[in-house]
Amino acid sequence: MKISLFITCYNDTLFPETGKSVVRLLERLGHQVYFPFEQTCCGQMHYNTGYQTEARPLMRRFVEIFKDAEVVCVPSSSCVAMMRDHYAKMAEETGDAGLMKAVDGLLPRILELSELLVNKLGVEDVGAYYPHRVTYHASCHSLRSLHLDDLPLRLLRNVRGIDLVELDGIDQCCGFGGTFAIKNGDVSAAMLAEKLRCVENTRAEVCTAVDNSCLMHIFGGLHRQRAGIKTVHLAEILASTEAESSS
Amino acid sequence: MSIRVGDAAEAPSFQKAAFALIDDTQLRENVRHATDVITRKRAQVVAEQHDWQELRSAASAIKAHTLRYLDQYLLQFEAACTAAGGQVHWAADADEANCIILGLIQQYGAKEIIKVKTMTSDEIGLNKALEANGICPHETDLADMIIQLGRDKPSHIVVPALHKNRQQVREIFMRAMGLKELGDRPEDLTNAARRYLRDKFLKVKIGISGANFLIAETGGVCVVESEGNGRMCLTLPDVLITVAGIEKVIPSFRDLGVFLQLLPRSATGERMNPYNSLWTGVHKAEGPQQFHVVLLDNGRTGILADQEARQTLYCIRCGACLNTCPVYRQTGGHAYGSIYAGPIGAILTPQLFDMQHAQSLPYASSLCGACYEVCPVKINIPEVLIHLRGRVVRERQSGASPEAIGMKIMSRVFSSRRSFEAAQRLGWIGQWPFVSEGWIKYLPGMLGSWTAVRDLRPLPRQTFRNWWREREKGNNDA
Repeated sequence: MKISLFITCYNDTLFPETGKSVVRLLERLGHQVYFPFEQTCCGQMHYNTGYQTEARPLMRRFVEIFKDAEVVCVPSSSCVAMMRDHYAKMAEETGDAGLMKAVDGLLPRILELSELLVNKLGVEDVGAYYPHRVTYHASCHSLRSLHLDDLPLRLLRNVRGIDLVELDGIDQCCGFGGTFAIKNGDVSAAMLAEKLRCVENTRAEVCTAVDNSCLMHIFGGLHRQRAGIKTVHLAEILASTEAESSS
Repeated sequence: MSIRVGDAAEAPSFQKAAFALIDDTQLRENVRHATDVITRKRAQVVAEQHDWQELRSAASAIKAHTLRYLDQYLLQFEAACTAAGGQVHWAADADEANCIILGLIQQYGAKEIIKVKTMTSDEIGLNKALEANGICPHETDLADMIIQLGRDKPSHIVVPALHKNRQQVREIFMRAMGLKELGDRPEDLTNAARRYLRDKFLKVKIGISGANFLIAETGGVCVVESEGNGRMCLTLPDVLITVAGIEKVIPSFRDLGVFLQLLPRSATGERMNPYNSLWTGVHKAEGPQQFHVVLLDNGRTGILADQEARQTLYCIRCGACLNTCPVYRQTGGHAYGSIYAGPIGAILTPQLFDMQHAQSLPYASSLCGACYEVCPVKINIPEVLIHLRGRVVRERQSGASPEAIGMKIMSRVFSSRRSFEAAQRLGWIGQWPFVSEGWIKYLPGMLGSWTAVRDLRPLPRQTFRNWWREREKGNNDA
């Protein structure tokens, strides 16, 4: 399958390893990955903070770049949620019938990574090897907007060597919430403290999720506390293989 | 027209109020314990209701329909209520409502009134208005009574004294009731409250209540509660005055079948409320001989006119969104500076009242979506929060604030590949003054609230797109 990658602006800039892993993983499964260089941002930060006027051209830009893609893979549930929850309404507000039609046609072809793997490509065992104690944090958008349910967990359970431990309060927000962490730093920190307690109680080496934004928040707290726990995007675990870890 | 929501005009911003409350260990423990208990009970009774999602959809549809024809249903209610011997009064705002109620009390010549289950009267600041005119209001709902005796403010829309534990309630009772000894077991506290309240129920001749539902078809009113104090308030006085927001009307009696399954399960985790009171007009020689309904607008028609925010008026005040909200669970209700706390308060308060601190409320959420998931009438609270944030940005915030300038710059950056890539390079260079020992541990200005408790990994040298570029040139292994 020809898969166009929307890496997202912050993965591109802050977490290139996640992007590389998505590419390695999809190619290993026999697919062709395309990276349209013109891509920038889906507009989520602007839209959710109240700058909807500024978000609109970013939506238009995204649709323009990806409208002909066979399928778009996005390794971030919150960016997919932004598109699914708001793009149709945003397009309607422009009054541009062509744009509305393009959004309608494109949305079903935009998939979060675990949706792509399990629902579209029909793979649950991607042939990964990851000999570590891992706990999974279900990000809010993955759970309550995309309704991924146990898709990421099904993928993780098939990883060889993994010691998967359940996270207490798995459905609780980590307190990131984009600009919320800045605007309401104190409440965000209190929410993070609760999340960190749960992560530390699992005695996992690694905390994973389908969103690097939550993981950046959780890791920021873990590192400050010298907790000795890493955060790793799901894609990076799924991309790991036995050959690689022995080399 | 002046619209008032309690003492909200004096409230500080959410951020400021939250900062102070987060240090109150006892309060946070009380809030955490209470919300955990209710959340657990709710989950159990919701799970056993197999058509829960259908019920939610039905309730949402009934509310949407009613609001679409609100004018007609309100007139129908007025006609039916009047025909049954009640009197309906229309109040455009808080002052008008208080004036009507005060007039009715003065007409009767009463100096005291008893109250139950009326958050709407808190919204309009009724107690203050009555006290200013020499009339003494007595709260009879146990939690409201605790708040009144403790000179406190409610912190939850169903469990207003949720931030107090038993020991604290005991202290309040001893002080306010002049008791020398009192235990802190539930039965000790209940007995003290009962002795205190019985006297009021038997003596006071005017009762003021709220309403959970107004039934257009019959002109009837429905109040649900757990204690029976409401039943006393609704039946013992000579005069009963019910204050209700105009959004409380539902078309027909049978609609209650939907709401009375959703409300108790969502609110207190019970299959049914212990007391469900329904009455229509007045009845000879039984119950109050005068019955008044004050229908309150106080900003609601404004919300109705806003197509995207209209769903705010679906709310049946169950409080499920508060109990599940990770923000509310950290701060409790006082941070919201309004009797309407939690996620629903964050969307309702700024629409009812145009005060300064309301600007901060739509931002008092991480948009985690837990509120929408539990809402029995399917109010998409995150969607309304984002809509209201847009309004704050458009109407209230100065275009020259650091945030607005930052957002404008970022939208420019994202508008083309060239500017985005240039910004990535600039970011990598510009971060070095803040990197120490391989980490960013301090950032200036607004971003400082990130580094207060979190480290940040510096931007890596190679972006993903540059890796891809190199790879296409054949310089990378992959």
